[in-house]
Amino acid sequence: MRILIVGGGTGGTIVANNLARRLSKEIRTRKARITMLSASDQHMYQPGLLYLAFGQMTPDELYRDQASLLESSIIFHVDPVEEYKIEEKYVVTKSGKRHNYDVLVIATGSRIAPAQIPGMTEGADTFYTEESAIKLFKKLREFEGGTIAIVVGVPHKCPIAPVELVFSLNDYFKKRGIRDKVHIKYHYPIGRIHTIENVATWAKPEFDRMGIEYETLFNVEEVDAENNVVKSLEGTETAYDLLIAIPPHCGMEEIEANNLGEDGWIPTDRHSLLMDGRDDVYVVGDTTNLPVSKTGSAAHFEAEVIAENIASVIKMGTPVRDYDGKVYCFIETGHDSATYAMFDYKNPPDLTNPSKPMHWFKMAYNQMYWTSVRGLL
Amino acid sequence: MSEKLVDARDTYCPGPLMELITHMKKAEVGDVLELLSTDEGTVNDVPEWVDKIGHEMVSSEEADGVWHLKIRKMK
Repeated sequence: MRILIVGGGTGGTIVANNLARRLSKEIRTRKARITMLSASDQHMYQPGLLYLAFGQMTPDELYRDQASLLESSIIFHVDPVEEYKIEEKYVVTKSGKRHNYDVLVIATGSRIAPAQIPGMTEGADTFYTEESAIKLFKKLREFEGGTIAIVVGVPHKCPIAPVELVFSLNDYFKKRGIRDKVHIKYHYPIGRIHTIENVATWAKPEFDRMGIEYETLFNVEEVDAENNVVKSLEGTETAYDLLIAIPPHCGMEEIEANNLGEDGWIPTDRHSLLMDGRDDVYVVGDTTNLPVSKTGSAAHFEAEVIAENIASVIKMGTPVRDYDGKVYCFIETGHDSATYAMFDYKNPPDLTNPSKPMHWFKMAYNQMYWTSVRGLL
Repeated sequence: MSEKLVDARDTYCPGPLMELITHMKKAEVGDVLELLSTDEGTVNDVPEWVDKIGHEMVSSEEADGVWHLKIRKMK
């Protein structure tokens, strides 16, 4: 049984490690083989980018060698896939090598697409890459007062990030003693300040307490970088001194180029996590078109289901679990408190009051992630 | 011009309206999107956004706990 995993992010790595343990005997006796193909020899802890943007982490803390995170029985190549031959059950990599498979797991993730919004690349800062997060931190350090506008593209990774950004900005400028000179204006695409109703209900009085101005039903249409004005599809505009964007995201180019899914999102069954119409191709994490959060947490829970089902199909001829839509998100409510949201397809999130211990737990999780991605947590 | 189904049943995040906005970006003017939602709030959230943008609410019906909202892209 040749299992091929394309992508070495959170989802792909957890599938690989979880499977390697479940199939250790089959791998030893050469009845199963797990191969991972990735675009990079590095693994980034993406939630760390928000800390990087506030000088709370350094870039080296975000990375580990991908090979060091994988079980030794996993064959690992840094050689991204360029061609998917789904009907013929093989892929072709950038180096021209062909990999045949019996089961394929696609875990290629997503990428920011600021170019979808005219002027966003030139006029807005962000923190979704290492380079942009460092650039933003330098600007925040030099910022002495004025209006900081926050805009949110759709769809975007980590839906809680816009709210966390606001809390972090408030605390950052408070600590610098210039909060009274900084006007923070938050814009959000729908008619409340967060898509999760409980989060919006809780965050609204918090925003009021912190003196955050907010405009809802604001879908960013264009950034006029010359005049420092951001305009909405709804016909309103905001002048800014510093614009921070949560950019729209899309799937990876090669997914769309191979006609696997519009915008790089692969049509996926919400319970089995199989690619629509296939029983030999699983999709995990951001790569799916599922109406669930694009977060490492969703990828983690999906990966466990996929690994368990691939192993059980090999061992007993049938999958044993369905993905129930589970997502668990920490919510940093400043630099010293946090809460969390947990939900699935049937149960809405129920927030608890923010606390220091939850923030400490998040700090601990920033290190525990490396254990989690090894499939041990 | 075409019709497209956006299945946002049983989703809390990003939620039905976010799903609709995502798909509306890719639609052509004149296309009709049918949004499926199990969130009762959708009945108010979607028309509010549609009205503000200037799209057209074609219909809004509930059957067996699922709301079916049809929206035509106008701009």
